[in-house]
Amino acid sequence: MFRNQYDTDVTTWSPAGRLFQVEYAMEAVKQGSAAIGLRSATHIVLATVNKATSELSSHQKKIFKVDDHIGVAIAGLTADGRVLSRYLRNECINHSFVYESPLPISRLVVQLADKAQVCTQRSWKRPYGVGLLVAGLDETGAHLYYNCPSGNYFEFQAFAIGSRSQAAKTYLERRFDNFDKYSREELIKDGLFAIKETLQGEKLTSAICTVAIVGVGETFHIINQQTIEQVIESLDIVEDAQAADAAAESASEEPSAAQEPGAAPMELQ
Amino acid sequence: MEWGAVSSEGKEVSTILESGSQRTLSPYVTGTSVLGLKYKDGVIMAADMGGSYGSTLRYKSVERIKPIGKHTLLGASGEISDFQEILRYLDELIIYDHMWDDGNSLGPKEVHNYLNRVMYNRRNKFDPLWNSLVVGGVKNGQKYLGMVGMIGTHYEDNHVATGFGNHLARPIMRAEWREDLTFEEAVKILEKCLLVLLYRDRSAINKFQISKITEEGVTISEPYALKTNWDFSAFQNPTKGAEGSW
Repeated sequence: MFRNQYDTDVTTWSPAGRLFQVEYAMEAVKQGSAAIGLRSATHIVLATVNKATSELSSHQKKIFKVDDHIGVAIAGLTADGRVLSRYLRNECINHSFVYESPLPISRLVVQLADKAQVCTQRSWKRPYGVGLLVAGLDETGAHLYYNCPSGNYFEFQAFAIGSRSQAAKTYLERRFDNFDKYSREELIKDGLFAIKETLQGEKLTSAICTVAIVGVGETFHIINQQTIEQVIESLDIVEDAQAADAAAESASEEPSAAQEPGAAPMELQ
Repeated sequence: MEWGAVSSEGKEVSTILESGSQRTLSPYVTGTSVLGLKYKDGVIMAADMGGSYGSTLRYKSVERIKPIGKHTLLGASGEISDFQEILRYLDELIIYDHMWDDGNSLGPKEVHNYLNRVMYNRRNKFDPLWNSLVVGGVKNGQKYLGMVGMIGTHYEDNHVATGFGNHLARPIMRAEWREDLTFEEAVKILEKCLLVLLYRDRSAINKFQISKITEEGVTISEPYALKTNWDFSAFQNPTKGAEGSW
């Protein structure tokens, strides 16, 4: 990204019809550590990489429970993420109070997107520097959405955001056709494998990742470390056998996938 | 303070505040009991079509049961104009819900809770909507029947009634209600209750509508009357045993 004379204000258009401040906000999302989400017909799994600033400190909290049936994973400015999670929790609880029933996720993400849009059209505000993977249920089933600082939101079968997320996306792109039929265990496995891809050789342990799940008949919750450790161990056994094929495949795929469109990422893809 | 002044008889007298707002302190045109019960395929509700102006039976074609969205029926007793106001609120709510067009919709449980919030909040402002509401419906195979009063009292049950119906109809419903009644059986129970109310409730008229709601939708019957019998011997010379009566 190069310096421009039209990038000081969020309310200034560039001659090419871009809002650079919004695009810069989306860069902040790419700097955060990876977060991935994937869904089947009945469940959604969110997984994040926990990076601590030093060995002495605790990890950043990147997954938030919003309601019994909705949870979010964030990447980018965690403070912004925390504030938005509080907003989402508030919206859900207000709806439950008036209607005695859960707020449908599809309506919640629109409210969140509208809130983000406001910050792209006020000179005294700045866009939120956080991308949210929102996982939840409504009457039509399980959904996974991505809300970005531009105020756009998209529904996904699977998605990854944050640093080195392209590796996870590539992995998920290869396998998403079957996700609808997955059991919750298979979903968790693939989620962890996608996280593994973003670590680029670093060892995957339950200490450096957090996994959460929500589904029909299953309240949103973060899966405990021991369970995750067990799943990782089962992955290692399988992975050693597949290591050779996986390396050969990604070597040919990575170059083409790495050319992400640099121009106007806000436009609908 | 915004409370109305109390006259010598202890009844509240209407006061107009400096701001010019007025509050409902007594109802004017009222409907009497509404009855509801759950049956095999859904929920059935009955009410007469009378709108009384005090002791005068002023209006005789008032529809006191209305469909709300796809999944709910609402019946009201009490002030008719407040019922119409509630229908306007719900209309807005349902249209807004419909505009989402996203496969989600408000069901009877949501409508019931929303009305409860509205009634309770109005009560807290000493400006109640003077109604007792019966909310019934079916959504995704789940039957729902509940009541909300003007002070925000609310509950769910297999059979509900408002006003006089609470005292005269519910004992009959308690004795005769069973799980999985057929439509005909449910109508029989309701007609039995309606007849008692017709004899004993001064504000009831002999013109009823029975409404049912099932997964398929709402049906509201044409108005009809029940057969009454005034030939009882007790009605001949009713004051025979009371000296001094006429």
